[in-house]
Amino acid sequence: MHQAVYIFRKEFGSYFISPVAYIVISIFLLVTGWFFFSTFFLLDQANLRNFFSMLPVIFAFVVPAVTMRLFSEELNVGSYETLLTLPVRYGEVVLGKFMAAVAFIGAMLVPTLAYPLTVSLLGQLDWGPVVGGYIGAILLAAAYAAIGLFASSLTRNQIVAFIIGMAICFTLTLMERMLFFLPESLLGILSYVGTFPHFQNISKGIIDTRDIVYFISVSFIGLYAARLVIEEKK
Amino acid sequence: MIHVENLTKHYDQVAAVDQIHFDIHKGEIVGLLGPNGAGKTTTLRMLTGFLRPTSGTIRVKDFTVENQSLEIKKIIGYLPESAPLYPDMLVFDYLRYVANIRAIPADRNLSRIRELARQCGLQEVMHKPIGELSKGYKQRVGLAHAMMSDPEILILDEPTSGLDPNQIIEIRDIIKHIGKEKTVILSTHILSEVEATCDRVVIIHQGKIAADGNLRELKESSGNTNVIHLTVRNAPFEEIEKQISSVEGVTGIARLEESSDQVSVKLTISSGQDPREEIFRKVKQTDWVLLEFYQQTQTLETIFRGLTKEN
Repeated sequence: MHQAVYIFRKEFGSYFISPVAYIVISIFLLVTGWFFFSTFFLLDQANLRNFFSMLPVIFAFVVPAVTMRLFSEELNVGSYETLLTLPVRYGEVVLGKFMAAVAFIGAMLVPTLAYPLTVSLLGQLDWGPVVGGYIGAILLAAAYAAIGLFASSLTRNQIVAFIIGMAICFTLTLMERMLFFLPESLLGILSYVGTFPHFQNISKGIIDTRDIVYFISVSFIGLYAARLVIEEKK
Repeated sequence: MIHVENLTKHYDQVAAVDQIHFDIHKGEIVGLLGPNGAGKTTTLRMLTGFLRPTSGTIRVKDFTVENQSLEIKKIIGYLPESAPLYPDMLVFDYLRYVANIRAIPADRNLSRIRELARQCGLQEVMHKPIGELSKGYKQRVGLAHAMMSDPEILILDEPTSGLDPNQIIEIRDIIKHIGKEKTVILSTHILSEVEATCDRVVIIHQGKIAADGNLRELKESSGNTNVIHLTVRNAPFEEIEKQISSVEGVTGIARLEESSDQVSVKLTISSGQDPREEIFRKVKQTDWVLLEFYQQTQTLETIFRGLTKEN
């Protein structure tokens, strides 16, 4: 198990070595900051609902960009071979990389704490939904990171990994809006599969075990799929 | 130490490694030799547990590769071909990462890295990113990576490829030094390397073992046809043929080169005979000018060519 911690440390550290990390963080902050504050004064409400409601769509782009290199780069450089011939379990490799991606997204979210702080200076901010929103954001990031990791394990090409990951995350995000076009018999399942309603519940401040179980299940399926893909490469 | 039986690996329908057997004992330096695409890398990858064999068994000490590959990975240090490492990491950071994963106790961590840096000559590049290193240094980092936990078995896939002659000699010295106590398996297609470092040679061709034994055994078993080269001036080929063919032990004379006044011939000698003295006496009786006269035994190169020639 402690092997996963060393892999986590190494992966988390190497995010900050490459300029890609800083570019992704900058773009994320620019986009969320602009979308949030451009309508904030028009709406004239002291809450962050607007910020959290656009997170799923932005994460569907940003998280696969964060995870795309985790396996693809190793497969491309060949360091995958040096890694897997060290005494590590596949599960530990997957888990270490996953934790690094989630921690990186956590680090990316830290500067956005400036938004609730600013808002609380301007009006009466209800901190409940804010805390819920951040918990939801981390859960959502975990689910998308697991999917992105799976996409990354499929190919040695980072761009392909990004596109596959983004396609899956985007489909899950927009499932809610697409229900209209889908057959009625599947509605029950498909409306549960989409991430949006689960995230919305949490970001309202309602922490329901069903939603938490949903995010944990998606993460688990993604990670397990990634592990199967690596094992199959043997 | 290592026991391999009926090892086979198929890629789609092609057998990259086909039913090979061998045993490697403690303290041997074994050279795995073969042309490109013979199955050397595939064999090594299966030994390290990176690839799963299609069939057959691999046993390292008392562990089998199917069930205890983690235990096996703990006692094997492996340097993959062309040392693929993380280009962004600093050498020191990388070695510390490997030390942690290899569960080197925290208090011995630094001293071990320092020792390896000295042994592999890495002191000057410890704080450079791996991606900026020359190929030779990168290979040495890979070697340090493989030797980190002082493993009982060291597997090196083409450890000297792409190095300059000085670096090759340095790496060979390191390998020989390690090989005094450890088991080393290295693959290569450079024949002189095997002659310089290995106790034992396994020649692989088209996924099968074409020869296995120590160098002397191999040279003896492959026909032992000795050859003498002779170059003289002032003699037509016909006369040489007439004079020399009567010498006992000479079974054939072939013309190699003939210019206006100079002839080179190759004499085939039946095994166990040494007619050099007799030939010299014959030459002395004539007025030929002796320019070259030497015996050539089978080299590893000729054995290798004989065993792996595409038919």
